[in-house]
Amino acid sequence: MQVTITVNGEQHTDDVEPRLLLAHYLREERGLKATNIGCDTTSCGACTVIVDGLSVKSCTVLAVQAAGAQVTTLEGLAAADGELHPVQAAFREEHGLQCGFCTPGMVMASIGLLADNPDPSDREVREGLEGNLCRCTGYHNIVRAVRTAAQAGPAAGRVPGAQEVEA
Amino acid sequence: MIPSPFDYVRVGSVDEALSALAEHGEDAKLLAGGHSLLPLMKLRLAVPTVLIDISGIPELSYVRVEGDGADAVVAIGAGTRHHELERDEVARAEVPLLPHVAGLVGDPQVRHRGTIGGTTAHSDPASDLPTALLALGGTVVLQGPGGRREVPVTEFWTGFFETAMSPDELVVELRVPRTGSLGWGYEKFTRRANDWPIVAAAAVDGRVALANMGGAVLRATATEEALAAGASIADAAALADQGTSPVADMHADADYRRHLARLLTRRALESAAAPR
Repeated sequence: MQVTITVNGEQHTDDVEPRLLLAHYLREERGLKATNIGCDTTSCGACTVIVDGLSVKSCTVLAVQAAGAQVTTLEGLAAADGELHPVQAAFREEHGLQCGFCTPGMVMASIGLLADNPDPSDREVREGLEGNLCRCTGYHNIVRAVRTAAQAGPAAGRVPGAQEVEA
Repeated sequence: MIPSPFDYVRVGSVDEALSALAEHGEDAKLLAGGHSLLPLMKLRLAVPTVLIDISGIPELSYVRVEGDGADAVVAIGAGTRHHELERDEVARAEVPLLPHVAGLVGDPQVRHRGTIGGTTAHSDPASDLPTALLALGGTVVLQGPGGRREVPVTEFWTGFFETAMSPDELVVELRVPRTGSLGWGYEKFTRRANDWPIVAAAAVDGRVALANMGGAVLRATATEEALAAGASIADAAALADQGTSPVADMHADADYRRHLARLLTRRALESAAAPR
């Protein structure tokens, strides 16, 4: 069936099977490979993207469910001139990664967290990211990165290209 | 993992949902947040041929108080998502157990999608919100071709993935008695932060409900009777596993679940009795 989805600010219309998962739509139809599929069972959070302002696990959303929605992936965060989103910049600054596989999902979930809670404590960051697993167990620097990003103010919780949605 | 093929229909109202259910029959499934149904479909444990997407029905998303005084109830639209319920000020003031428990379901991404009607209809014995609803009392409002009917929560969850609903009905609302300033407690035991409870206990107003101690969420009736007869919390909680039939699985054997039921019931009752 035909669906129109806005991905990173750009509208696309495609003919998709209803059973196509949003994660596969983003990777295969849109060629946006930052969205990783880890567990494929809604546990690990590697496939986290933002749909209409809220973080979701795209392995458990159908592309047809996202029809009419605004979807933002990691590729949509940096500005056109290459300037990183504050959360991306903070992950680099604090080295909030080891192997990097969980990182796109961590960054997207962190933006969702900061949109909801602009100045989280360490504990609130850990609880806010409970849906994202780092198999390298590099959580300390991830928490540090989110708290560093929070110092950038409201920009850290902003989703570029998407209309403002009440979290 | 990819589900087997199906047709997808998005509906914009309860009437449209009922027509679609009538048209497609028992092979159709309602899709709300999809966070229980889609995983089952990916594992091919569920193979509906039609999905009717009810997640965009605006009339199903609300929390409001209806009626006055002792008869007042909190009415929650079935399409209310967990993260909405978690933050809802009416719910937090009138029935605080429910938004607290909504905030413990899965993880933030799951709570952004899952709905109270979905978890109610799904009837997983390990689900948090049905456990809280069962402790609170109240009713599940169903709508079908014959109109609306209310089923008491004590009669709704009949077994593993089984409810008192018929296939041509949908959950439209949950009606919960106001608890206001009454104490409450919810104790959930998991191995990992975002897991389903191995066992959970909800306590409010002398009632106790348990998750994962049988085929469906259930009430700890022996504990409730002991409390009503004046027993101490410790003595009443020691009876919490009576009449239950917990399963053994990779997370816990049945004896351990019975232990957890007694322990978590005691903690939930103590929390309910503690001054706030």
